[in-house]
Amino acid sequence: MSLRESLDRSLHGRLDDVQGDAGYESGEHPPRMGFFTDTSVCIGCKACEVACKEWNDVPDDGYELSGMSYDNTQALGASTWRHVAFVEKPLHPTTTDLGLPGMGPPGWDTADSGGAPSAPAGEDQATASGGASDDAGVRWLMSSDVCKHCTHAACLDVCPTGSLFRTEFGTVVVQPDICNGCGYCVPACPYGVIDLRKEDGRAFKCTLCYDRLKEGETPACAKACPTESIQYGEVSELRQRADLRLAELHEKGVDVARLYGRDPEDGVGGDGAFFLLLDEPEVYGLPPDPVVTTRDIGSIWKHVGAAAGALVAVGVASFLGSRR
Amino acid sequence: MREASMVPEAEFESYYGRQILKTPTWKTPDVPLYLFLGGLAGSSAVLAEGAALSGNHALERVARTAAAAGAAAGTVFLVHDLGRPERFLNMLRVLKITSPLSVGSFILAPFSALSSAALASHVTGRLPWLGRLAGVGAAAFGPPLVTYTAALVANTAVPAWHEAHRELPFVFAGSGASAAGGLALLAVPVAQHGPARRMAVAGAALELTASELLKRRLGMLAEPYEQGRSGRLMKLSSRMTAGAAALAALGGRSRAVSAVAGATLVVASAITRFGVFEAGLASARDPKYVVVPQRERVRAREAAKTQGARTV
Repeated sequence: MSLRESLDRSLHGRLDDVQGDAGYESGEHPPRMGFFTDTSVCIGCKACEVACKEWNDVPDDGYELSGMSYDNTQALGASTWRHVAFVEKPLHPTTTDLGLPGMGPPGWDTADSGGAPSAPAGEDQATASGGASDDAGVRWLMSSDVCKHCTHAACLDVCPTGSLFRTEFGTVVVQPDICNGCGYCVPACPYGVIDLRKEDGRAFKCTLCYDRLKEGETPACAKACPTESIQYGEVSELRQRADLRLAELHEKGVDVARLYGRDPEDGVGGDGAFFLLLDEPEVYGLPPDPVVTTRDIGSIWKHVGAAAGALVAVGVASFLGSRR
Repeated sequence: MREASMVPEAEFESYYGRQILKTPTWKTPDVPLYLFLGGLAGSSAVLAEGAALSGNHALERVARTAAAAGAAAGTVFLVHDLGRPERFLNMLRVLKITSPLSVGSFILAPFSALSSAALASHVTGRLPWLGRLAGVGAAAFGPPLVTYTAALVANTAVPAWHEAHRELPFVFAGSGASAAGGLALLAVPVAQHGPARRMAVAGAALELTASELLKRRLGMLAEPYEQGRSGRLMKLSSRMTAGAAALAALGGRSRAVSAVAGATLVVASAITRFGVFEAGLASARDPKYVVVPQRERVRAREAAKTQGARTV
C-alpha cells in the first residue's frame, strides 16, 4: 500500500463498500460477508468453539477451571477464536447480593439440590431473562463471541508490516508469513480480540474461515451451531434479519433485547460480526461504545508535529542564549 | 467489581471483573527503554547540530555520540521486542500513515544511518562535508523521532494512552530534551555546557507542565498516572526532574553539581517512560477504565438526543 493510498482511506464513519475502500475494484468483488450472532437462542453448547479449533487447527490453550459459571474458556485470544460467555445473575439481586455479580456459589440457585445450577430448562432463554421464570433463581445468558471484523479495523490500520489485510469478503485476516510479532494490533483492538501466541511469537485471530469462504463454504462455527444462533451470510442481509428478529422479540415483550455492532454509524463503522444481546454489552465483557483509535490519527499527528516543533524551538533557544 | 472511588459513576458492570482490552504484549524494559532512548538520541542530534554551528566541539562530540549510540541501542531493544526478530525488516515493507510504528520505522532507519555517519565522520575527521550534511539530516529526523513514540502508544485503544494523545507528545519532547541536555551536562566541561544546561532546564519545564495538563484534563483516566506502581513512577520522575532542573539552573557553574543534576535528569527521563508505559498497562487491565468513560459517552449522547427531540 502506498502512502497516497493509505491517506485516501476513510478512517471512521459509515462506509458502504469496505472492499472498495481497501482497493478492490468496485463491482468486481464478492459481497461483504459476516456473522449475526443471535444470543437469545444460544444454548451454550460450545460446538462453535470446538468446530473452530478443529477446522483451523488452533492449538489448545490449557485446561483451567475458572469458576466463572460454565465458562472455562474465559476470553478470546490468539488460540481462542470463538468464546462462549456464560452470565449467571440472580433474578432478584436484592435478596442475594453477595457484592460480586456473577461470581456466586451454587447457593445462589434456589432450586439447587445436586450441585449443578439448573438452567431454565426447555424455556426460551429470552423469556427467562425477561423475568417470567420463577422456578430458577438465576438468569442465565450465553453468547458466542468472535472477532468483529470491523468496518474500520484498528488492528489492520496499525499493522506496520501489512500482515493484516482486508479480504475480498470484507473480513480482516492476518497473514502469518508476514507478521513479525510487533504486537501493535493487540492494544489497538477496542474489543480485546487479537493477541500474540507466546510460543509462536506472531499474532492470531479469527479469519472468518477465509479458506472456507473462498470455496463458498460456511465458516466452521456457523456450520456447527445447532440452534442457528450463529448465522453467516451477506452483512447487508444479516442486518435486515437482525432488525426483524429484534422487532419480533420486542413484540413478545423482551424489552432487554438490543443489537450490538449493527449500526454502520457507530465508533467502528459497524461490525462485520454483530450480535443480538439481552443485557448491556459490558455484562458480556464487550465495550459499550468502542471507537477505532485511528479516528483520532489526524489529531495525534498534529500534536506530535507541534511537539516536535516545540523541541526545535527549545534547541534553537538554547543556543541563541549563549550569544547574548 | 466495585472500587472505592471519588467519582460516583465508577459503579459499573463487567464480565466477572475481567478486563475487556488485551494487555499490551510489549515487553518491559525493552519498549520503555526504546521510548527513552529515542527521546535521548533525537534531542541529542539537535544539540549536536547547534554545537557544530556554534563551534562548540566538546558539546558536539558528546551529543553526536549520544545520538548515534542511543539510536543503535534503541533499535536493538525494538528488534528484541518483536515476536519474530528475524523479520524486523518487514517493518519497511509498507509505509502506512495510520500506523505510527510504520512511520516511526521510516524515521528511525534514516536517523540511525545519518547519526552514525555524522559521528563516524566527526571522530575520524574524514569527509567532513558529508559528515555535516548527515548531521543536519539527523537533526531533521531527531525531533520527530522523539515525539512519534507518543503517537505509538496513543494510537491504541488503551484508555490512559489514547485519551492523553494531546499532551503525551509534549511530555516526551520535554523529557527527551532534558535527557539530552542532562547527558551533556554530565559529560561536557562547564565552560562549554551552557546550551546543554538551557536545553535541560527548558525540557524539564516543558515535561512538567505537559504532565500536569495531562493529569488535569484526563479526569478519571488520570488515576493510573497518579496511583499504584505507575503513579509512584510518575511522581518519582517529576520530583527528580524538578529538583535536578533547579540544581542545573542554580548550580551550573560547578562541575560536580552539574554532573549530579545531569545524571538525575537522564534517569528521570527514563523513569517517565516507564511510568507512562505502566500507566497504560494498568488502564488496560481494569475494565473500569473502558466501561465507565464509554458509558458516560453513551449517556451524554442519549441526553443530547432527547434534549434535541424536546426542543423540536
